[in-house]
Amino acid sequence: MKNISLGQYYPGNSVIHRMDPRMKLILSLLYIVCSFLCRNIISFGLLFVSAIVLILLSRIPMSLIMRSIRPILFILAFTVVINIFWTSGETLLFEWKFIHIYLEGVMNAVFMVLRIFVLIVGASLFLTYTTTPIALTDAIEQLFAPLKRIKVPVHEFAMMMTIALRFIPTLIDETDKIMSAQKARGADFTSGSLINRAKALIPILIPLFVSSFRRADELATAMECRCYHGGEGRTRMSILHYRALDFIAILIMITFGVSLVLLNMLGIGYTM
Amino acid sequence: MENTKNYFIKTEDLCASYEEDDGRAVQVLSGVSLGIEKGEYVAVLGHNGSGKSTFAKLLNMILLPDSGKIYIDGTDITREDITEKEIYDIRRKIGMVFQNPDNQLVATIVEEDVAFGPENLGIPSAEIRQRVDEALSLVGMSEYARHEPHRLSGGQKQRVAIAGIIAMMPDCMIFDESTAMLDPIGRKEVMDTIDMLRREKGITIINITHHMNEAVRADRVIVLNDGKVYMDGTPEEIFGEPYKLELAGLEVPQCTALIQELSRKGLRLDGECTTPEKCAKLLRNAIGGKKNG
Ligand SMILES: Nc1ncnc2c1ncn2[C@@H]1O[C@H](COP(=O)(O)OP(=O)(O)OP(=O)(O)O)[C@@H](O)[C@H]1O
Ligand SMILES: [Mg+2]
Repeated sequence: MKNISLGQYYPGNSVIHRMDPRMKLILSLLYIVCSFLCRNIISFGLLFVSAIVLILLSRIPMSLIMRSIRPILFILAFTVVINIFWTSGETLLFEWKFIHIYLEGVMNAVFMVLRIFVLIVGASLFLTYTTTPIALTDAIEQLFAPLKRIKVPVHEFAMMMTIALRFIPTLIDETDKIMSAQKARGADFTSGSLINRAKALIPILIPLFVSSFRRADELATAMECRCYHGGEGRTRMSILHYRALDFIAILIMITFGVSLVLLNMLGIGYTM
Repeated sequence: MENTKNYFIKTEDLCASYEEDDGRAVQVLSGVSLGIEKGEYVAVLGHNGSGKSTFAKLLNMILLPDSGKIYIDGTDITREDITEKEIYDIRRKIGMVFQNPDNQLVATIVEEDVAFGPENLGIPSAEIRQRVDEALSLVGMSEYARHEPHRLSGGQKQRVAIAGIIAMMPDCMIFDESTAMLDPIGRKEVMDTIDMLRREKGITIINITHHMNEAVRADRVIVLNDGKVYMDGTPEEIFGEPYKLELAGLEVPQCTALIQELSRKGLRLDGECTTPEKCAKLLRNAIGGKKNG
C-alpha cells in the first residue's frame, strides 16, 4: 500500500509535461470547447488527428490511454445504441420490423463516440497524466486568485485539496492496519450477505474517523505553530511562470478552434 | 523586570487549566516559575498528564495561561494588548516539533512542506528557496527534497519537520516527545540532529521526553509534578536522587540504576554516572582498582 500514487501522473519530460499547469488547465477547457465546435466529417477528422498528435507529443503509452477509456466503455456503447436506433433522418440504411437505421444515426453515433473519446483524452493528457496533483492545486489557486476579491475562499479550497492529497495515503495505510487488526480478531470482510459485509465495515470506519479527528486537531496545532493564518500575507516558494511554450500552445489551440469552425462551413457530407 | 533580560524564556507563577466537558476546571499547572537561558539544552520530564505539553504550548501562545507571566526574549507575551504580529513573531522564535511525524507535515512534497513556515511569514520566494535548501541540507535530507512525505521513514519525517522549523530561523525549539513514535534508528537520527542544532546554530533546546537516556544528553533537567517544578538541576543531580524521582512517577536511566544498586550492594563506586560510557569507565576503574590492589 506504501506505493499507491495519487491520480495517474505519468512522470516524463515531454512538451506537455513542461507546460505551465495553469495553461494546461485553460488548454484542456479550450480543447473541450473545440470538441463541441465540430459539425461535419472533416472537422471531426481533424479533431481525431489532433487527439492522436497530443498523445504522441505527451509520450504517454497508448495502453495507459486505453485504461482511462475503459471505465466509460459502457457510456460509449450506450451512446452508440441510442444514436443509431433513435435518430431518424432521410437516408434509410436498414429496416427490419420496427427497427429503422438511418445514415444520420450512424454518423451521429460515430461523432458522439469521437467527441467523448477526445474529451477524455484531452482532460487526462493535459491534466491527470502530465500534471502532478500538487501542481494542479497550485494552478487552481493562482488561476482563481482574482475571485478572492468577491470573497470566494480560493486559498482555503486549495489548502484543503493539498491536505487531502497529503493525507489520503496516510489514511489508506491506516485503514489497512485497522483491517488487519480486526481480521486478527476474527472479523470477516469477504463473505456473507451484502448487509453483513457492510456491517463488518463499521468497526473499521469508527476507529478511522476517531483517528482522523485526532490527526486534524494535531495538524491544526502544528500549522498554527508554523504561523499559519490563512492566505493573507502569505508568499509562495515556487511561483509559476508562463513561458514562450505556453503562449505558442494557446495560439495553436485558438487557431485549431477557428479552423474547426471554418471547416464546418465547407458543407461536405453530413452535418451534425 | 531587571532579570527578565538575562533569560530567553522566563515564566513567573504560571497557572493553567482546562475546562472539562462538565464545566469543571482542571488545574494542570499551578505556579511554574522558570528561567531558561539562550543556548541552553533543557530536558523536561514528568509522568503522563503532568502538564509538560501544556507548558510547551503556553510558551508559543497556542494556549493562554490563567494567570502568571511569560517573558520571551524580554517581551511579556501575557499582556492584554499583544498584537497579531507579535504572536507570529513569538511562534517564529519558538518552533515546536510534535510527537506524530505524520500529523505535522502539510504538503505533499518534502521541500514544499519545509517552505510552509517561511511562506506563512511572507518571506520573498527567492529567500524561501535558499532557506529551504539550507534547512534540508542541515538535517541531511537534501536528496529527499522532491519526495513525498508518506514514503519516508519515521525518523526522516521528523527530520523534515525539524527542517520546516529551521527554515523559520527560530531561536528556540521545543520537542514534545518527538522521538516517542520512532524506532531506535529514528530516535538516534533525531537526537543527533538536536545535538547538531545546538552545536552549530546555538538554538535553545527544550526536549520533552519520557526516555531517561535522552534526558541525560541535556545540560539541565526539569521535572514537572503536580503542576509545579519538582526538580531542576543537572542530569547528575537529578538522577542522583532515584527515590525522589520515583515519587514523581519516574525512574533513573538504567546505567545509573545499575551503579546505584552496585553501590548499595557494597561495591564502592565514586561519582555519578548517567551515560553508558561514563558507567563503563566507572566500572572499569572499580574492577581495575581491585586487581591492582
Ligand atoms: N484539550 C484538553 N482538554 C481537557 N484536558 C486536557 C486537554 N489537554 C490536556 N488535558 C489534561 O491536562 C493534563 C495535562 O496534559 P498534558 O498534555 O500537558 O500532559 P503531558 O505531561 O504532556 O502528558 P504526556 O506525557 O501524556 O504527553 C492531563 O491531565 C490532560 O488530561
Ligand atoms: Mg504531552
